[in-house]
Amino acid sequence: MHENGAQKTDTLFGADELVINMGPQHPSTHGVLRVKLKLDGERVVGSECVIGYLHRGVEKIAENRTYQQFAPYVDRMDYVAAVSNGLGYCEAVEKLLVVEAPPRARVIRTILTELQRIASHLLWLGTHALDIGALTPLFYCMREREEVLKIFEKYCGARLTTHAFRIGGLQYDAYDNLEKDVERFCKDFESRIQQYSDLLTGNSIWIGRTRNVGLLNSADCIALGASGPVLRASGVKWDMRKAMPYAAYDQYKFEIPVGTRGDTYDRYMVCIEEMRQSRLICLQAIENIPTGPIMARVGKVLKPPAGEVYHAIEGPKGILGYYIVSDGSVQPYRVRIRPPSFINLQALDKMIRGHLVTDVVAIIGTLDIVLGEVDR
Amino acid sequence: MQVPLDNDLSRRYRERFGAGILDALEDRKQSILIVGAAQLLEIARYSLDEEKFDLLEDYTAVDWPRREKRFDLVAQLYSFTHNTRLRLKIPLGVEERPSTLATTWPAANWLEREIFDLFGIAFLGHPNLKRILLPDEWQGHPLRKDYDILQQDTAWVRENLDIESGQ
Repeated sequence: MHENGAQKTDTLFGADELVINMGPQHPSTHGVLRVKLKLDGERVVGSECVIGYLHRGVEKIAENRTYQQFAPYVDRMDYVAAVSNGLGYCEAVEKLLVVEAPPRARVIRTILTELQRIASHLLWLGTHALDIGALTPLFYCMREREEVLKIFEKYCGARLTTHAFRIGGLQYDAYDNLEKDVERFCKDFESRIQQYSDLLTGNSIWIGRTRNVGLLNSADCIALGASGPVLRASGVKWDMRKAMPYAAYDQYKFEIPVGTRGDTYDRYMVCIEEMRQSRLICLQAIENIPTGPIMARVGKVLKPPAGEVYHAIEGPKGILGYYIVSDGSVQPYRVRIRPPSFINLQALDKMIRGHLVTDVVAIIGTLDIVLGEVDR
Repeated sequence: MQVPLDNDLSRRYRERFGAGILDALEDRKQSILIVGAAQLLEIARYSLDEEKFDLLEDYTAVDWPRREKRFDLVAQLYSFTHNTRLRLKIPLGVEERPSTLATTWPAANWLEREIFDLFGIAFLGHPNLKRILLPDEWQGHPLRKDYDILQQDTAWVRENLDIESGQ
């Protein structure tokens, strides 16, 4: 019994089981993740995740910064998809202030967020394939991701931790060639997706390593709170962008890809298709970016009326939610970030049991976790 | 910006649980029900089974140290069938131990561990209630308002990292 009242229940390890430790330093855990694996021969019969190695106390910091000062911190949670984090946070504070970003800002936000979704999925695909042993897709994916990061750099000066949006709209208007750059990227991108697909989709080794690995059916997904590609691959045709549209998503036509079995192969197919759909959204958006202001009328000093709001977006990894409580002062009283990676990672134990040790790497990869978001 | 909530949903809950629903509010067009901790498990079951709130979207807590019931447990629910959200807020005193929601929504397992870790709210019936983000032997609950932003468990740091805490 610990002094602070915690129960020490050690139900995982018996006396004659083999326990292997994976991480926290490991090339395939995508960050500092430690997984204790209980093995019977080569089969995993139980596991326990130990996280917190990247815990930076972001929610506590939020209580000591103004709303605008906190915005750069959210980029650093899911550092692979910073623009999405920024969108969720800015929109949540805008809901708290009961203001709406102007139409031009909303459309530009949509374009940048979809580009970020593509970049995030590219990184995921490259590293996931690399973990399983397919070395080539990584270089192809990085080549495209480079193009997206160049667009971000031209837009806001940063590639990774972009702080692209501001509360109320945007700071920077679209640079002169933004539409041309996005159009050029999207034109080439379809053939590139086909290249990745040719490498992996029909590849018998890929199918052998990913079919029926890490099964998670739809009932389990919903019960465990898993969202994003994990949920869609298990057969639930649901996307926050369609269910509760935000930014400018209600103006564009796009499909929601679903899988059937909820295995690693389905999650891969869903992500490939999602990249195609993001590309379509970008193409539709750049055809018609409305003119007008890019910033709503919010003062320099933001003091939202006391109260609370919950706002969630469809991040590349799942439902990214922000619960912000205001006490009427310039600093938020509480900022809670609903991290999709943290909640998806909870499903790991269920997905791993019964598989071989070699499949553990594939399953951790398929969950698309970023430890910055898991630990905050 | 909180106004009272009086729609079909709040009426159904009030009819079913009477005094168990302490208040029904709407803030910025989002529905909130303030519920008592005593009937939390039944209300959770009802929300899942009858009202079809099958997704526990988020579960966290807020610390209001000057209130008599210091903590607010906040559960964000979502229904796929109705495409609606509902927020349940449960006021808790500092030593109170609410029932776990992990039996209703398995997603609550790690979420409650995080609340225990950062706020010190212990859940009754939780299968594995131990710290998740901070080291197991850490003393203190950082997201409480009386925990300073620069505070650390200096004894743990000294013992485990061989350095003195300091910023």
